[in-house]
This record gives sequence, C-alpha cells and structure tokens, in this order.
Amino acid sequence: MSNWQEITPLDSIPVLGSRVVETGTVNIAIFRGKDDNVFAIKDECPHKKGPLSQGIMHGDSVTCPLHNWKISLVSGEALGVDEGCTNTYETKVEDGKVFLSL
Amino acid sequence: MAQNNKQNLVLIGNGMAGMRTVEEILKLEPEKYNITVFGDEPYGNYNRIMLSPVLANEKTLEEVMLNDDAWYKDNGITFEKGKKVTEIHRTKKEVTAEDGTVVPYDKLLIATGSTSFMLPLPGADKYGVIGFRDVKDVDTMIEAAEHYKKAVVIGGGLLGLEAANGLMKQGMDVTVVHIMDTLMERQLDKPAAKMLQKSLEEQGMKFLMTHATEEILGDDRITGLKFNDGSEIEADLLVMAVGIKPNFELAQSAGIHCERGIVVSDTMQTFDPNIYSVGECVQHRGTTYGLVAPLFEQAKVAANHLAELGYGRYEGTVTSTMLKVTGIDLFSAGDFHGDDDTDELLFHDVANGSYKKLVLRDNVIVGACLYGDTIDGTWYFQMMKDGTNISDFRNTILFGQAHLGDAGHGDETRVAAMADDAEICGCNGITKCEIVDTIVEKKLFTLDDVRTHTKASASCGSCTGLVESLLAHTLGGDYSSAPSKKPLCGCTELTHDEVRAGIRKHTLKNHDEVRQTLAWKTEDGCAVCRQATNYYLLCEYPEYNDPESRFINERAHGNIQKDGSYSVVPRMFGGMCTPKDLRAIADVADKFNVPQMKVTGGQRIDMFGIQKEDLPAMWKDLSDAGFVSGHAYGKAMRTCKTCVGDSWCRMGVQDSTGLGIKLEELTWGSWMPHKYKLAVSGCPRNCAEATIKDFGVVCVDSGYELHVGGNGGIKVRVTDFLTKVDTEEEVLEFAGAFAQFYREDAHYLERTAPWIERVGLDKIKAAILDDADNRKVLHERFLVSQKPAQIDPWKKHADGADANQFKSIKIKVEA
Ligand SMILES: Cc1cc2nc3c(=O)[nH]c(=O)nc-3n(C[C@H](O)[C@H](O)[C@H](O)COP(=O)(O)OP(=O)(O)OC[C@H]3O[C@@H](n4cnc5c(N)ncnc54)[C@H](O)[C@@H]3O)c2cc1C
Ligand code: SF4
Ligand code: SF4
Ligand code: FES
Repeated sequence: MSNWQEITPLDSIPVLGSRVVETGTVNIAIFRGKDDNVFAIKDECPHKKGPLSQGIMHGDSVTCPLHNWKISLVSGEALGVDEGCTNTYETKVEDGKVFLSL
Repeated sequence: MAQNNKQNLVLIGNGMAGMRTVEEILKLEPEKYNITVFGDEPYGNYNRIMLSPVLANEKTLEEVMLNDDAWYKDNGITFEKGKKVTEIHRTKKEVTAEDGTVVPYDKLLIATGSTSFMLPLPGADKYGVIGFRDVKDVDTMIEAAEHYKKAVVIGGGLLGLEAANGLMKQGMDVTVVHIMDTLMERQLDKPAAKMLQKSLEEQGMKFLMTHATEEILGDDRITGLKFNDGSEIEADLLVMAVGIKPNFELAQSAGIHCERGIVVSDTMQTFDPNIYSVGECVQHRGTTYGLVAPLFEQAKVAANHLAELGYGRYEGTVTSTMLKVTGIDLFSAGDFHGDDDTDELLFHDVANGSYKKLVLRDNVIVGACLYGDTIDGTWYFQMMKDGTNISDFRNTILFGQAHLGDAGHGDETRVAAMADDAEICGCNGITKCEIVDTIVEKKLFTLDDVRTHTKASASCGSCTGLVESLLAHTLGGDYSSAPSKKPLCGCTELTHDEVRAGIRKHTLKNHDEVRQTLAWKTEDGCAVCRQATNYYLLCEYPEYNDPESRFINERAHGNIQKDGSYSVVPRMFGGMCTPKDLRAIADVADKFNVPQMKVTGGQRIDMFGIQKEDLPAMWKDLSDAGFVSGHAYGKAMRTCKTCVGDSWCRMGVQDSTGLGIKLEELTWGSWMPHKYKLAVSGCPRNCAEATIKDFGVVCVDSGYELHVGGNGGIKVRVTDFLTKVDTEEEVLEFAGAFAQFYREDAHYLERTAPWIERVGLDKIKAAILDDADNRKVLHERFLVSQKPAQIDPWKKHADGADANQFKSIKIKVEA
C-alpha cells in the first residue's frame, strides 16, 4: 500500500547532508549518502527528541547533535549501547528525483 | 587448508602478543590470509597476567579466557590446539609440529613468549618444584594447597610476591626467599620496599632476606630447602620466580639470528624477511620486555606490516609497574634511583603509609616510585613519557594533580576516596559506582569502552581525567594493557598529532584523501574525526570548508539549543555600541518575535529561541545594519572583553577599549581548535578579567602585559604571564602569532589552558617570544588565514548561499 510522493531533486540535498520534509503531522529528515543512496527518518532522536537532520551523517547512520547518540538510518534504532528507536521511511530515487513512501 | 589464492600466515604461540597481532590483522585486513595458529597449551588464549588474581581466588579461569575454540572457528582460523611446533623449515617455508602436522607459510609469526627461569639447583627436578607461568602451574599450586601446608617462593620480585600472596589466599603458610636485602629492587627504592615488606608481613607473609638456596631436599617430592649458610627450611611446594627466559631455541635452530632473544627490526621483522616475531621472545634494540604494554605495541606494528600497510614503527616502550596484590598500592616507572645529575622530590608520611618519590632531570620526570597513595601514578607517568617540563608546579607536584588547580582534570586524585554515589560526569549524571560496575561487568579496558557503555565523559569531556583514573583504579595492574597512545577516535589508529603530520606530509587536500591515505577503518569516518579532520584541513588550507563535516552550530552559524532552536549573537567589537546599533538589534528582535534576550558573559547581546528557517532573514537585517556574526556558536575566536580604560576610568593607564577593538578586528572570524576568548583591562585592577582568557592584555603605565592560557570554564585556570611589550603594534603581533601557533599546534577541541599544560609554556615562549623572526612568520600566516575567514558568514547566507539548508520541504499527504 505504498504511496510514493515526489519530494525534491536529489541535487538539492548535499552529499552526506540532509533536508527536512514537513508533512504537517511529522518532520522527516532525508539524508543523502556517498553513493547517492537516500534515507528518510523521523526528525526526532529517540533520546530527547534532538533534530537528527542537524547531525553529522556517516555510512548509514547519523550522530545526533544534542548528545551524540548514533542512530541507524536504516532501522531507526540507536546504535552501540544506547537503546531507543524512531521511525524510518522507504525512499527511492528516479530520474534524479527523490520519492518518499508515506 | 582452504584452497584459495590468499596467502598463508602461520602463528607459533597463541599467547598475549601473538593473538593480539592476529586480532589486529583481522581488524585491518580480514580477508588477506588463511591463518593457522599453533599453541602448545591445551586451551584457547587467555589473559596471562590475570593468573595471579585466579590463584588468589579473586577471579575464575573462565573470566580470564580471552578467545575460545568457537572464536577461532568464527574467524576462519585453523587452530592447532595443544600442538608444539618443533621445526621451522625456512627454504621450504613450512613448519612441523611434534605430532607430525606440517603447514606451509608465506608469512610466519613467532610469538613463543618465555618460560620461567628455573635455578639449576641440585634437586630441582623433584615433584613440587615449579615456576609460575601458565594455567598448569596455577593448577599445580591450587592442588598442592589442598594437600600440603608449607610453601616457599624463591624470588621477591613482582611475580614472586603475587605467587606468594595467592598461595596465602589458598591457605598455605608462605615464606619468600630473596637473595637481596630489599624486595622488588628493580622497581622500588629502599624506603618503599621496606614499607611493602612491612604490609605483607602484617598480612602473614614471611621473609628470608639475603638467603641463597644451595639445595632442594627430599626424595621424590620436595621436603625442604637448604641455604648456603647451612640453615634449612621445610617446604612441600617450591615456586621459583627468579626471572624469565625468552623462548628462542626454535627460531635459533632454524638459523634465525638470536642473541638474548629473537632479534627484530623496528618493523618487528626478523633477519628472515618472511618471518616476524613479537612478545617476550623478542629482542628489540637490545632490550627484551616482560610486561604486556610494550608487547601490545609490538603487536600493532607487526600487524601493520603483515597487513602490508607498511608505516608502523616500534621504537621501544617506557614501562611502568604495579603490583596486583589486593590492599597494596605501589607504582614504579623509569629511573627511580637517579644519579648525580638528577634531583629528587620526596614525600614520606610514615603514619599514613604513604611514600612518593620523583626523580627529575632538568625539571623533567625521569622516574617515579610511589607507595600507598598511587593515584597520581598515571599522571606522573604520562608527564614522564611526554617529557613535560614541570618547573611551574614543581613545589606542589608531590601533592598530586588535585592541588594543581589545573584546567582539565582537577580532582582526579580524589577518585579513590570518592563516595560511590558521587557524580563523576555532570553532563550525563553518571555516578562513580555506575562506572565501576560497568567496567567490572562488561570487562572494559579502555576509556573509549567506558564512554560507549556509560556515556561518562562522552559529552563535554571535562571529566575524562576522572574517568581514566577510575579505570586505572578499578583495573589495577590490568590497566597497563590499555594502549599508551590515544587514537583520535575509533575510525583510526592514529593520534591527533599523527593525523596532522599525515595531512602535512602527504599534502592531503580533503576528507577522502585523508581517510584513504591514512588507512581509516571507516569509509565516511564518524562525527568525532570528521570535525577534527575538517579543522586540521582548514588550518592547512584556509579556503577549505566541508559543511557536512562541521557541527551543526558551525554549519548554521547559530548555537543549537536543547529544543532545537537557535540563538543569535551579533558581533560588537570590543563590546562597544551606539544607540543606533541597539535600536537595530531591538528592531530585529521585535520583527522576529525573539522570546528572550540576554547580555552574555562576553559583553554581547544574545537573542534566543530563533527557528532555523528565520535565520537567513534575520541575518540579512542585522547585516544591513552593519553587524557581522559574533561566532558565539563556533570553535572560533569569540569576543574580546574590555573595560572602559583611560577614556573614563580614573585608574586607567591606556586605551583598553581602543586596543580591544583592534584586537577583535584582527582576530574575528578565525577558526580555532576550540573556543578562544580575549580581553583587555585598562590597568592592573583587571576589571575585564583578562587573566582568565586565552589571550589577555593588562595595561600598565609603561606598556602592556600579555597573558596566555587562561580559562574561566568548569575548571578555572589563571593565565601564564608571557611577556611585557611597549606598543599596541607589538600587542597585535603577539596576538596574531600566539593565535596561529595555537591553531597549528593544539589538538582539535583542546583549549589553550590544557594545551599549554601539555606542551609547556617554554615551548610557546621558544616559538613566539625568543624567536622574533618566527613570531613575524606566524603572524603573517595568521593574516593569510584570516582573509577568507573574515568574509561574514551571515552576509553570505543572507545573500542566499546554501539556502536549502534553512528551508524545509513542505508537502501535503493525502489521507
Ligand atoms: C602470573 C603472571 C602475572 C603477570 N602479571 C603481569 C602484569 O601485571 N602486568 C604485565 O604487564 N605483565 C604481567 N605478566 C607478564 C605477561 O603475562 C607477559 O609479558 C605476556 O604474557 C607475554 O606474552 P607473549 O605472547 O610474549 O608470551 P606468552 O603469553 O607466554 O605466550 C606464548 C605462548 O606460546 C606458546 N608456545 C611457546 N612455544 C611454542 C611452540 N614451539 N609451539 C606452540 N606454542 C608455543 C606458549 O605455550 C604460550 O602459550 C605476568 C605474567 C605472569 C606469568
Ligand atoms: S559537562 Fe561534562 S563533566 Fe560535564 S558532564 Fe559533561 S561530559 Fe561530564
Ligand atoms: S581595569 Fe583599571 S582601567 Fe579598567 S575599569 Fe578597572 S580600574 Fe578602570
Ligand atoms: S536527543 Fe539525540 S542524543 Fe540526546
């Protein structure tokens, strides 16, 4: 029942950087990796709701800017010894455009 | 053996050094080799140094096992357990074991360790005469304790005393026989050795000092010892702990050059280029080692070369010693005897059982011997290894780090005495007992481990020193196994200094080049190394910038607050302002509904609670009114605080505000290893608090006093006086040169205060005070770096640079 929605041109996201998508109900951080793989995750750290979009991305995870938790962009789970989980969303890139499944 | 085109690596000896090397290789190049490991003990590898606590019933054998059979299997290693290699055939490149197993190799690693040295006394072959080296010896001792009463240990060194202590804990009546008149003479001086002997005697250990054994008595089993003065003592068990003998016969019989051990180069290579060797069996630069810390360093270097990275060098190790006997604290390192050219600092509190001795050569620690209160041992040892000049605190150094009033680590020496519920890390609210429990439960060895498992010191990091001493305190002797150099982060083995040197040496221009050339373990690095590397790159190439490797504050040019909003601080040079400036700020605050404003400690105005999306528009208004960014968010030059000085104050002797403005105009915008603050006071009353700034100026009648390395943060540190100059021009030159030297020398996230404590004020004086030419060169370089830095980031962003960062994408979701 996936509902693909076009979001933004891939080029508008810096490599290893992010953009924020506001849906009205939730803010979603979308990240672009080294190989132009795109991840989407709820912009809310499982620790104390830090804005993950503002963190530093590496590999397939992001370090939260508030207290340095590392969150997997694939599963939304906190990595290492921290525990917690946030939502992730499916993405695809077609013709240089990023789509999000909501 | 697997049929593939990998090379074959064979390890002889699965002890601490050999297996550490294998683990390092697996980290670096897991796919490079088919690995075969021979070990003549019938188990996987274990932590040999913990055999003493096992004997003393403080640990179980299971607790000290490091890798079991399953581990070898999981890592694809062929484990030839319980097989002793008896021959190395170098021309055929194969090894043969006792049972006939033959394995070919491309590369061979010899790590056969050493064996207990057994005194060749008459009767030494009787039952009940053993060394103290392996699990088998421990088993023999524990079994003997069940059936017999009297034990004798020959050797009053580290190993002998640990054996004696363990046997006592097993219920035996133990006498230590020692040839010298003091214990542990290689690690302790006489007063400390006497204190040690006294405490051990109080625990029930007996001593026969200056006794030389002549004969071991008994039929099949030992019944006693006879000494050369004719006296005798009863014994059912004799442990010889008089030294170790490197195991190099196997290598020697294969024609590999050996002296007192297998001779290796700085790359841990033997005289045969296909054969490497590490551990106690090795002789490097004329030295053999008997402690794990140097062996682990050797392992790292050998792995580096076996993985064909080819840049590691082993250059020898300074070692330190602790004794693993519960209730006894002693620490010893380096040349603790001293000679005619050394000074001695001594503290001896007989009643409290505390003794401290430091040996100094030209104000640098070259040896330490501590008994009773050893918590400062690691601190002294670090300074000894770093060659820190201690003249500035020579008269208080014996009282420990807590008395130093230093910048980074303050109460470190208090940790042992702290209550269990004392909070160690204020940021994350972690108590002492949480940390200690985690270290014990999870078997943590390193600071990094403690950080990931407890979060202690993972935030602001100012409690790092405390956490480290807790670690040292909890692990006791085991802590020596922690690596002595600290890698920048988990992505690399290299230290801050090595990364910097690498960037300079190979002229690495960007993050990818750094990570590739310097063999990073992760592709994109992590938040820690990305930020540090970014700083090192931009320090080399002032135009460099990679926003995605910067902390969000520096990317968004605002300070992220805990609710995710930002704060904005416009720069006001020297803290001076006009009604027009204030009005402009007030207008901006009104227009953007700023919920709260405050005057900061640095004499600037802070507007809180700004949404990220509003930042560019707000900056535009501020920029139109003539303001630039205050950089209150960055690892950068922050503010120059001033007092009114001679324009208004009746005490003032110089124009402190005018000079403050000039200093801020010179330095604003500069990226630094950490935040960086300046101040100018118009007279020695020092109303601008210049002596707790990174660079402070105190005006005097005849000129300007320059002070450096102050800090008003968690740990207050008063500046060091650098020099006095006559003119404002000189102040500015020193300010630029000092800033640049700090930028080029300090580690990322190291403020000037701990930096100066680490490198010593002398180094700074040599660079910018004694050498006028160098000062000019540094100042010039600072000016060059300032050109791109002083393009106002607010104006750039207000004009549309990187606009996407501030704009979110709004979408509608159909239900
Ligand atoms: C009781 C005790 C306490 C200690 N306490 C400390 C301490 O507190 N701090 C410290 O730093 N150090 C301590 N040490 C010293 C430390 O354990 C050694 O320095 C370290 O284990 C040496 O490592 P290695 O790999 O060189 O040798 P080992 O760990 O001895 O490993 C060599 C291995 O090779 C095997 N081997 C040898 N020849 C062959 C062959 N031909 N074929 C197959 N296998 C072979 C041996 O059986 C052995 O398992 C202690 C040692 C002992 C015994
Ligand atoms: S502020 Fe700090 S001491 Fe401070 S809590 Fe933070 S990491 Fe630990
Ligand atoms: S430091 Fe001196 S000149 Fe400046 S305000 Fe204080 S008293 Fe006046
Ligand atoms: S809110 Fe993300 S780490 Fe605390």
